[in-house]
Amino acid sequence: MPHAAPPPPPGRPTRRTLLAGALGLAGATTLTGCGTFSRDARVREWNLFGGGDGARLLQIHDKFVAEHKDIAFEAYTLAWGPPFYTKLAMSAAGGRAPEVATLHLSRLKGFSPTTMLDPIPVDLLAKAGITEQDFIPDTWSRCQVDGQLYAVPLDSHPFVLYYNTEICQQAGLLGPDGRIKTVKGVDAFLDMLRAVKEVTGKFGASVETTNPWRLWWTLYGQLEGKFFDESGTQLIIDDAKAIEALELMAKLAADGLTPKSSDYPSLVAQFTNGDAGLSFNGEWEVTTYQTAKMPFSMAPFPVVYDVPKFAGDAHTFVMPHQADRSTKDTEATVEYIAWMLKNSAEWAAGGHIPAYQPVVASPEYLNLKPQAEYRSVAPDVLFDPDAWFSGSGAQLQNEAGAAFSGVYAGRMTPKAALDQFKAATRKLLDTPSPV
Amino acid sequence: MAVQTPTRTGTTEPQPTRQPPRNGPPWTEKWGGLFFVAPFGVLFAFFLLWPTFSGLWNSFFNTSLAGVQQEFLGLANWREMFGDPAVWDSLQNTLVFTAMSTPPLVIIALVMALLANRKGLLGWFLRFSYFAPFVMPATVVTLIWVWIYQPGFGLVNGLLTAGGSAEIDWLNTENRAMLAVVITTVWWTVGFNFLLYLAALQGIPDQVYEAAAIDGASGRQQLFRITLPLMSRTTGLIVVLQLVASLKIFDQIYLMTDGGPNYATRPIIQYIYENGFTSYRIGYASAISYMFFLVIVIVSIAQFRLFGGRKEAN
Repeated sequence: MPHAAPPPPPGRPTRRTLLAGALGLAGATTLTGCGTFSRDARVREWNLFGGGDGARLLQIHDKFVAEHKDIAFEAYTLAWGPPFYTKLAMSAAGGRAPEVATLHLSRLKGFSPTTMLDPIPVDLLAKAGITEQDFIPDTWSRCQVDGQLYAVPLDSHPFVLYYNTEICQQAGLLGPDGRIKTVKGVDAFLDMLRAVKEVTGKFGASVETTNPWRLWWTLYGQLEGKFFDESGTQLIIDDAKAIEALELMAKLAADGLTPKSSDYPSLVAQFTNGDAGLSFNGEWEVTTYQTAKMPFSMAPFPVVYDVPKFAGDAHTFVMPHQADRSTKDTEATVEYIAWMLKNSAEWAAGGHIPAYQPVVASPEYLNLKPQAEYRSVAPDVLFDPDAWFSGSGAQLQNEAGAAFSGVYAGRMTPKAALDQFKAATRKLLDTPSPV
Repeated sequence: MAVQTPTRTGTTEPQPTRQPPRNGPPWTEKWGGLFFVAPFGVLFAFFLLWPTFSGLWNSFFNTSLAGVQQEFLGLANWREMFGDPAVWDSLQNTLVFTAMSTPPLVIIALVMALLANRKGLLGWFLRFSYFAPFVMPATVVTLIWVWIYQPGFGLVNGLLTAGGSAEIDWLNTENRAMLAVVITTVWWTVGFNFLLYLAALQGIPDQVYEAAAIDGASGRQQLFRITLPLMSRTTGLIVVLQLVASLKIFDQIYLMTDGGPNYATRPIIQYIYENGFTSYRIGYASAISYMFFLVIVIVSIAQFRLFGGRKEAN
């Protein structure tokens, strides 16, 4: 890389000699660092599971290690969101990435797969027993970029409804089978929340007002709202529908059915301590509430508007780019991925719906309560809009958070919030793509 | 000069502008020092000079962290920056934070140093408790203060409601969040300035006070005529260090509000981070960094001018 180093001051040649020597030494050290020695196949895995699902992952990994004595396996959990993706991107940009990492499917195209990921060898995957037929076709096709497979889906994780069974029993919301009665339409939805609020005396549902994207995207999706046009270059957001969804969120907060201001830890705390009898969240907190030994169950998020759509995403395994990937390590990596998919019933116990269909059909998964209660929504998971700045924890969600959290708090009208969000999205669209 | 051929012995070529080297010290003594600074020199070049120049270089390209082919853009990044309101909003947040945090961080440190500059157990206890928060890492400090500010069960809102006023959602209210961060920062970092002031106080000889006391100067006169003027250089130093430290604000805000609510507290360094690392736009982030670098240089020069003027007046 050409860079302007200042010329050495005249008459002091030794510095230059020294510098050259030092650079040479540094280069030599780097080279030996990359050298391969005879050793076991190595699989280093980076993941972003810091919650209840992360604890479960550790147990699954212990089992993998016990069954694979010939693979040197190391797993690292990094902070979710931008910190994780930043570190992964930098390791891949430098060609010194771990063998395998988790990645949100919605971030795949924005992660510059052709430069920062290595394609997954489909033949090795098939040899390990994993083929295209094992997945929902839409999920599989999302994992492909330019005809190459860059990701293997592990699960999908929709936005769901958590309910406290005791509180909902008192509110008369449970059916004879002990499950929450399905509600449909705005009025029934509001009635349900009001009934719960009567019982708790505080809130109907706990929500994350600092990150309102998931609820808004669910409601807007249920109104069949579109975001980008076919080419992905024009914002075609439907103002009337977007505002209708925002107005409902504003009403929830204004009527005290949800908090006006609440971050993620508060969302969990309010549901755990009974301040709220319902909780609108992704399904990954199931372990947390089971550990708290509270009476709860889960169901698909209500169809408040026209069609069943539920904001969500999927975790996948990817092989971040390595400058010199060893065949032995790659074989072990594919073995790891295949093993994880085949054992994903245990992973599903943490809340996520397995992507590997043989597991979804297995009695082991179907007997998981409440984790199997919402499996029907898998085909209706609504991914984030397709753009380099979109996806879990990416800029578009941040912009929505900045604009829409003011709607809950009553600081901003739905119209003003939408205008701000649209302006921010247009600015992102106008920004030349870095990938 | 430029074509002068270096020689290992270094004693044969006469140098026009320097002492004749012929009878000077031997080569090892003359150049030996270089070997001692070489380790630092290499690190300096590697980790400061090279990134500094490559940052400027990158600001003219669409350099991407994703490693895609980069193209020369000329001044496009710089033009985009001048038309990007988020740059100026976040720069304003940084300047507002600096303006809000620097005066209390200097004045409170001074008051604390005056209080703690005493012998005995009380002095020891005050010195210890004033400095203790400074040794904590940013993560711990912010964790504590996020709980303190929490509505519902936080300490501050508990006191407010006990006093009969309404709760304030400190970190989620646009014109309160920055104040909350400033209070946290003062609590956390005032200990360092306090230490500098304390050292300066202890450097003032006792005779000066004795002489003043004999002349009948009151405690108040001693403070304003002796203590403060004698510490003016320390004050200048503290103000410079504090301005630079406040302009570099990132950690507390990123951890406490993540720049929210609605970007009301996002400092410019967070915007640089978001562009460079979250969005992979290293080129654009470099351009903003250079603009911010110039701001820091200007503020520092202005401050040195003020400081220098005061010294001449003395």
